[in-house]
Amino acid sequence: MDTLLTAIVVVVGVPAVVCGYIIATEWVIRGFSGSAKARIRPWLWVLPAFLFLTIFLIYPTIRTFINSLFDRTGEFVGIQNYADLFAAGEFYQVLLNNALWLVLFTGIVVILGLVIAVLADRVRYETLAKAVIFIPMAISFVAAGVIWSFMYHINPSIGTVNAGITAVGIEPQAWIQEWPRNTIMLIIVGIWMWVGFAMVILSAGLKGISTELLEAARIDGATELQVFFRIILPLLAPTIAVVATTVVITALKTFDIIYVMTGGLYDTSVIGFEFYREQFTNRDPGAAAAVAIILLIAIVPIMLVNIRRFQVQEAQR
Amino acid sequence: MRKFRILAVAMSAVLVLAACGPSEEDGDGAGDGDFAGETVSVLAVWGGAELESFEAMVAPWEEETGAVVEVESTRDIDAVLQQRVEGGTPPDLAGLPGPGVMAQFARDGALKPLPQEVQDVLNDQYDPGWAVAGTVDDELVGVFIKTALKGLIWYNPAQFEAAGYTVPADWDGLTALVDQMAADGTTPWGIGLESGAATGWPGTDWIEDFVLRQSGPEVYDQWVNGELAWSSPEITEAFEAFALWASDEQYVFGGPSTELGTAFGNGGDCMFSDPPGCYLHHQASFMGGEAGFFETNFPEVAVQGETYDFFVMPGIEFEGVTSAGDLFGMFNDTPAAQSLISYLVTAEAQQIWVERGGALSANKEVAADVYPDEAGRKSAEALTGAETVRFDASDMMPAEMGAAFLEAIVNTVQSPDDLSSILETLDGVQESAYGG
Repeated sequence: MDTLLTAIVVVVGVPAVVCGYIIATEWVIRGFSGSAKARIRPWLWVLPAFLFLTIFLIYPTIRTFINSLFDRTGEFVGIQNYADLFAAGEFYQVLLNNALWLVLFTGIVVILGLVIAVLADRVRYETLAKAVIFIPMAISFVAAGVIWSFMYHINPSIGTVNAGITAVGIEPQAWIQEWPRNTIMLIIVGIWMWVGFAMVILSAGLKGISTELLEAARIDGATELQVFFRIILPLLAPTIAVVATTVVITALKTFDIIYVMTGGLYDTSVIGFEFYREQFTNRDPGAAAAVAIILLIAIVPIMLVNIRRFQVQEAQR
Repeated sequence: MRKFRILAVAMSAVLVLAACGPSEEDGDGAGDGDFAGETVSVLAVWGGAELESFEAMVAPWEEETGAVVEVESTRDIDAVLQQRVEGGTPPDLAGLPGPGVMAQFARDGALKPLPQEVQDVLNDQYDPGWAVAGTVDDELVGVFIKTALKGLIWYNPAQFEAAGYTVPADWDGLTALVDQMAADGTTPWGIGLESGAATGWPGTDWIEDFVLRQSGPEVYDQWVNGELAWSSPEITEAFEAFALWASDEQYVFGGPSTELGTAFGNGGDCMFSDPPGCYLHHQASFMGGEAGFFETNFPEVAVQGETYDFFVMPGIEFEGVTSAGDLFGMFNDTPAAQSLISYLVTAEAQQIWVERGGALSANKEVAADVYPDEAGRKSAEALTGAETVRFDASDMMPAEMGAAFLEAIVNTVQSPDDLSSILETLDGVQESAYGG
């Protein structure tokens, strides 16, 4: 009964509230002239969204930054938390891992996605191929972590990878115990999951390129490679930018794979995991906040690139 | 207009479907006891057979009171519990990772003092040490639902006989036996350290057993309280003794990388292959018994007394045993929760799990013959009969220290030559974990 009531309230109430708000804003600006109305109205309509953003995005960010200035007993320590993080020395390992994720994960996902999109475009069983590659996107990072934990298992009768290499006579390897091999193995898990995403979006972008253009180029004597690098790639640039931005953010956010597969051991830790460790294991919210702010700073350049791209797109409209 | 109509019909359909979906209230408290229809929420790490045993344990209470016990399981109890407590929606009862964390919660005011009934049962039926372990600042806040004896060395009697080995009487005998086994060509020890986010904890048990037996209970207590540095000679000695065997592929089955990749429940599996891959396995009492790992992993082959048995790890300079237990605390002192936790410490309740195997009870009223197997009986006797009993050190340390301890085990196994820098890192963590 409770659920039914809630459902009714939401389904009827939300549109009612929205209409009510618009009517209320019209009433508020009723006294202004026509052109003033047209200028003020957009701001009033944007106001609820803006409030939402402030409460749930801007305020927590500022709060997190303030939290990072206190230590776990609640005393103000300024930037001591940041200093401690960098002084410990292990944090550089963490940053190095993040750099590896950033470069390798993003690079391979985008390039592989592009290659698969282009190749799939040319075969008859395109839909099937794309579906198969996309399926890993449907599961969570945790599920992928569990699956690949078994794949990498050191016992050849459990671990597929070790079973494969023992079949050709190589000794079973402990894939996730040694750095840097383990980080690369974890990145492979991430790539397995996300290639589908890149492929699907790039494939859509690819289909948006007019075939006449490509035909014309081929008639003019361009080789396939030339067609790819001189025509397709430049036209796909905005799509690639979108995919790359999303994938970069995912690379920086990684946590689940590391938590499930190595628990942060063997030098595989990344910023996402350090945040968890500081908050829940060490129970030091100040240090955790400091890690979060560092992550925020790392993302800022990408955000700027994104904003610049939006501005360029707007200008072109 | 037509589109709108279709939309309205579709929305109503969705509405009805959503409302008729599974509802949250499954309250079907049978019978009409004191707490009919009420629920007690419990958060614990148990799953599988352990969870079934706990559910069997609470069944009589549920029947009598008419209440329902809802158990939520999670391996990540540290994080989940902390979140629930900070979010203001703690479970009624919860398993606590150890006395260290229990003390943190108690001082934050999250744990409620246990009712007088519990105190009475503890005074009557338990050794005083157990009440002490659950007391923070003079208030009893934690009790042990079940306990385990640690520092047991499991072996396969059939394989011992076949190879002509005998159970050593003392420490020198053990080291001689280990060297003999290695010389004969088989790695003596089977060790499994993998355990998800808690990988390495069996190694911490090894270190604790060494510290207790090499340096004695007073040193052990100082170490637990953060008063003794990790780089001190006593603790270094313990680590070196562990590394001697655990990081050497001559002494441990499969070498360090297999050790780190093998789950703790499978660490003794090599004892059961033919020919055996190893002969000895250092682990707690929950390996044995019907619900224990050996019989679960090898249902035909593992037979108590014939193909698996244990002896307590001998003393070195000092005698003593280490124990651990599932510590429970109460976060919401509802009458139903209070009644449940009072019930759980009674001999009647403790007996239920004990009879199913895989658990020991510290309750003295639980008779030895209630234990379903020889292993359980032996362990219970060893626990109650021991001169010195100490609780698992890593469980008593602050969470940050415990986590660093785990990582140190992994590092020691992989790079035993880096031991001094590993211990120095631990000293650094000790400063901030105990000081902050």
